[in-house]
Amino acid sequence: MPIQFASKPGLVAYLTAGDPDLKTTGAIAVAAIDAGADVIELGVPFSDPLADGPVIQRASERALKHGTKLVDVLALAKELRAARPNAGLVIFSYFNPILRYGLEKFCAAAAEAGVDGVLVTDMIVEEAGEYLACLERHMLAPIFLAAPTSPDARLERIAAASKGFVYAISRVGITGTQQSLAADAEGLVKRLRRYTKLPIAVGFGVSNAEHLAAVGEFADAAVVGSALVVTIERSEPAEAPSSIARFIQGLRAPAMQVL
Amino acid sequence: MAALEELEHAYAAAQADPAFHARLDSLLRDYAGRPTPLYFAERLTEELGGAKIYLKREDLLHTGAHKINNCLGQGLLAQRMGKHRIIAETGAGQHGVATATVCALLGMECVVYMGEEDMRRQELNVYRMRLLGAEVRGVSSGSKTLKDAINEAMRDWVTNVRTTHYLLGSVLGAHPYPMMVRDFHRVIGKEARQQIQEKEGRLPTAIIACVGGGSNAIGAFYEFIPDANVRLIGVEAGGRGKKLGEHAARFEGGVPGVLQGTYSYVLQDEDGQIALTHSVSAGLDYASIGPEHAALHDSGRAEYVSASDDAALAATVKLARTEGILPALESAHAVAECIHVAPKLGRHEILIINLSGRGDKDMGILSRELKLKGA
Repeated sequence: MPIQFASKPGLVAYLTAGDPDLKTTGAIAVAAIDAGADVIELGVPFSDPLADGPVIQRASERALKHGTKLVDVLALAKELRAARPNAGLVIFSYFNPILRYGLEKFCAAAAEAGVDGVLVTDMIVEEAGEYLACLERHMLAPIFLAAPTSPDARLERIAAASKGFVYAISRVGITGTQQSLAADAEGLVKRLRRYTKLPIAVGFGVSNAEHLAAVGEFADAAVVGSALVVTIERSEPAEAPSSIARFIQGLRAPAMQVL
Repeated sequence: MAALEELEHAYAAAQADPAFHARLDSLLRDYAGRPTPLYFAERLTEELGGAKIYLKREDLLHTGAHKINNCLGQGLLAQRMGKHRIIAETGAGQHGVATATVCALLGMECVVYMGEEDMRRQELNVYRMRLLGAEVRGVSSGSKTLKDAINEAMRDWVTNVRTTHYLLGSVLGAHPYPMMVRDFHRVIGKEARQQIQEKEGRLPTAIIACVGGGSNAIGAFYEFIPDANVRLIGVEAGGRGKKLGEHAARFEGGVPGVLQGTYSYVLQDEDGQIALTHSVSAGLDYASIGPEHAALHDSGRAEYVSASDDAALAATVKLARTEGILPALESAHAVAECIHVAPKLGRHEILIINLSGRGDKDMGILSRELKLKGA
């Protein structure tokens, strides 16, 4: 089913699957959805996460340490789909684990699990022919990253290939929290808007209620990743779902936080 | 992507500009010391009792290895692009030293990423880079070697892409890097091809080079690709065993995969996680291999073999004692293959070893390893 953002701005929550363990990731995802996340991005841990900052690097290392595999993430996705039929569900991965598993086999398994979309960080739209065809056969939405440095022609191509939503990177660089949102983001969203009617989600560095409110002024949704992962890192596993629920509720209540 | 396109265009423009070539050629000649000699290793030849062995002496270049060819090229290119901050990764430290050197020469800011394990192994080169004014940033993630240094350099590049040029040191990464780095090293094979014809009036039986990412090998091979009778032999690091994690022999132990923007043979586990690698030489200790080598392998035009840590160490001693030349541990892998194959060939055959670097940087490792082995 198509990815929908019920709230304005919508909220995409990134979680590294298997951190601290798969069962807890499942409980955290459910808590996040119930607290107001529209879409869950389930991150497949990878040994060389070169688009990620230290927070998600550490989460990947922890998840890999106890052997989290792509098949486990797909099984988790299936459980989540059964538990929360209306939430958006996206698999977030680097390409090599998918390539090794088999692209066709992966797409079939993801579709069967009830996944809505796939974001492969190191898959560029220029080289994505076979990948896009496979996703299309299985009715999975391809999601691409658009950067502030991308020229208009590239944004147009990214917009044309995307389904579900377009992921606008708020600034050049890697994932991670930051104090204030870069001015790059609004300009990028405005440029992207010329080429697509899809929702545009802004990510990289969105970490508090002010950021979410600011993104809401010019985009449809925000992606929160490292801020959630660091909250999980600092929580006892049993407490992590409620910590995440509180964190997301806090994002949704900027006025109260300001007071 | 935008940065790669910018680089591709700038590189094409530089290639078409005679002034760029004139500047590069003059630096290669007067600063780096090109052309490098093609030296007939008479005592080694006699000792092995087979093919005539020639050494392409890239070890005599300024900074001690072939890496300076590419650093001068990309340094001048960065200057043309108006980028004054240079970042680089380094494994053995030779590329880092060459980058730091070129940055000093051109007055540019230089940051070198290096795995902490490699910093420990190649302490002298860390000091050399700092002496040259570069900042060396240790990388503590993953295996703490070359692969992790590249990850960190790429993270820096995407963050500072507007002001920074990433001076990648091997034929790896996304296009145009593998092509560009190859082009800057083509001079090795061009010179060698002409020199061997002057000395012997014919082409060699084979040209042998070590392959980490594969920059010296592709530079040595490239001009010989159309010469179908010349065997091209790449030597990977066989490390200390066949088990995954014990070596860096990508063609023996790897399967096609994507690492750091390159589709090539990759050492990885069944889940597509990149494997740890081992080699006594930091410069060969990498889980993937330049994509052009993968193409040469698959087409059958080049052959790839491996040499173990022990064979490389023994080859180092052999070359030092027969010729008075101390090869880098990386280049010693090519020497080891030559020691293996030369005796099987007749005296009329000719082998060229690309001696990509000198071994001064390896004194610490050699004194530890060779003491253990009683040499």
